[in-house]
Amino acid sequence: MNQAVTTSRSRLTALARAEMTLLGRSKGTLVAALFVPLMLPFTVLSVVGEMDLEDAGLTVGTVVLPAAVGFSLLFAVYSALVGIFVTRREELVLKRLRTGEVRDAEILAGASLPAVTIGLVQSLVLTAGCAVLLDVSAPEAPHLVALGLLSGLVMCAALAAVTASFTRTVESAQVTSLPLLLVSMLGSGIAVPLEMLPDRLASVCELLPLSPVILLVRDGWTGGLSAYETLGAVVTALAWTGLALFGVRRWFRWEPRR
Amino acid sequence: MKANEHEHVIEVTDLRRVYGGGFEAVRGIGFSVRRGEIFALLGTNGAGKTSTVELLEGLAAPAGGQVRVLGHDPYTERAAVRPRTGVMLQEGGFPSELTVAETARMWAGCVSGARPPREVLALVGLARKTDVRVKQLSGGERRRLDLALALLGDPEVVFLDEPTTGLDAEGRRDTWELVRALRDGGTTVLLTTHYLEEAEALADRLAILHEGRIAATGTPAEVTASQPSRICFELPEGHHLGDLPPLPELGVCGHEVQGRYVRLRTRELQRAATRLLAWAEEAGVELRRLDVRSASLEEAFLGIAREAAAGTASASADVKEYAA
Repeated sequence: MNQAVTTSRSRLTALARAEMTLLGRSKGTLVAALFVPLMLPFTVLSVVGEMDLEDAGLTVGTVVLPAAVGFSLLFAVYSALVGIFVTRREELVLKRLRTGEVRDAEILAGASLPAVTIGLVQSLVLTAGCAVLLDVSAPEAPHLVALGLLSGLVMCAALAAVTASFTRTVESAQVTSLPLLLVSMLGSGIAVPLEMLPDRLASVCELLPLSPVILLVRDGWTGGLSAYETLGAVVTALAWTGLALFGVRRWFRWEPRR
Repeated sequence: MKANEHEHVIEVTDLRRVYGGGFEAVRGIGFSVRRGEIFALLGTNGAGKTSTVELLEGLAAPAGGQVRVLGHDPYTERAAVRPRTGVMLQEGGFPSELTVAETARMWAGCVSGARPPREVLALVGLARKTDVRVKQLSGGERRRLDLALALLGDPEVVFLDEPTTGLDAEGRRDTWELVRALRDGGTTVLLTTHYLEEAEALADRLAILHEGRIAATGTPAEVTASQPSRICFELPEGHHLGDLPPLPELGVCGHEVQGRYVRLRTRELQRAATRLLAWAEEAGVELRRLDVRSASLEEAFLGIAREAAAGTASASADVKEYAA
């Protein structure tokens, strides 16, 4: 008989393992998470090829590589997790878990872990692929790339939980996750580099949640950021991550509305 | 673990719960449950049973009053209480795409001192269903899975919210046996039910909830004894209630008339019945549909509902109460 007291780690493992099994059985979510981020960089590639990037000091590779990370964060992490959180809530799984020893943060972390892992692995594979295929040299400041990627993963998981709080049904999750998807693709330097936008618009777009993530990944790779710009991007990224986590504490719903 | 017989494992004082819309589901209730006791919260749907149990489980903070489970506040001192309690919600709570075995394994990873999942699944008769997905289980099987997982960590206190709803007669008996076995093993059980026979069969003590308040509480015998017995019959054509001897003289403490059908309530059943029948014999009257019965929990339950209905002035029935 196992008389062991559970630890955070054993609980997280149990939850993440169950969640991984569920992800494997949810074909729609799995396909969207695995393949959409692999396809979208090609569409960017065809658009970017026609842009005049050299004035901005960019190459096709240094635009498509961060874009690929952005798609992975948006589809494999954010979009998938909105659906997962809503499904678990509506099935009363979250409520049932809260009757036990698991802490609230562990429930959310356990549910997020498989999607976040997919996002991480996918980002690494995509960057490696871009680096090789599009002839990008090794990153100049790997620590900034890592910081961008990590804050992006945490931020997207937390934003997914916040979005789920305002989503009543599994079906409507596809609608409620659209705003962040569209705004990020257009305004955070994923589909279009911010340098290609009018200055005033670009300076507003720099404040969007995924903008500093994309900036840190891209310019961490090229080494094109000044210390001042780096600081600005790091502060914005951490501020959004903190804000998203606060939003989860403030608004997350553990059970369906009556 | 202290095995103090008289220790109060659950203590509730002046508990209130108000929902977002302002609806007051629990309106100042108090009771306590001793270690090793089965305590039932009995009530109709909407009486406030689940709202109360969720406060005891620590799922929500009360709007007023206090809950103590094993000496702790289950909401603010979650970490101290949860390893020692087992909970079965009123419905659901498991991912529909996991199998029974996968669900049990997930839950076992989150419970301190978990028993082997197979053992508890066998206990509730799900040993052969381990590879079946939760969505393919019948309602009764899902209830039993939920019960198995509530018992996985050998809890000291178990909260069961309508544990037998959706079960067939046999499944219900099996669950009763299991709950009794828990009690015999020293576990404290708080359950809710809207089945009277369930409360009567299982509970050491119970509280009848009505509109968020406790309408009656005690052992099933005490609650029953607080209620009058009743005599029902149909008056023949041409006779009126006024033809009977004065009701207080019969030992009747209240009556209702619906058309020709008369329902008398009494705390002296033998005297009232004897005098009524003597009168009928003497008057040469036949009392059709005669039904004489002593108080039961069912009567107590219906009596409480009737009193509540009388409070809102029932239109069809003529209800009279007088001091006993």
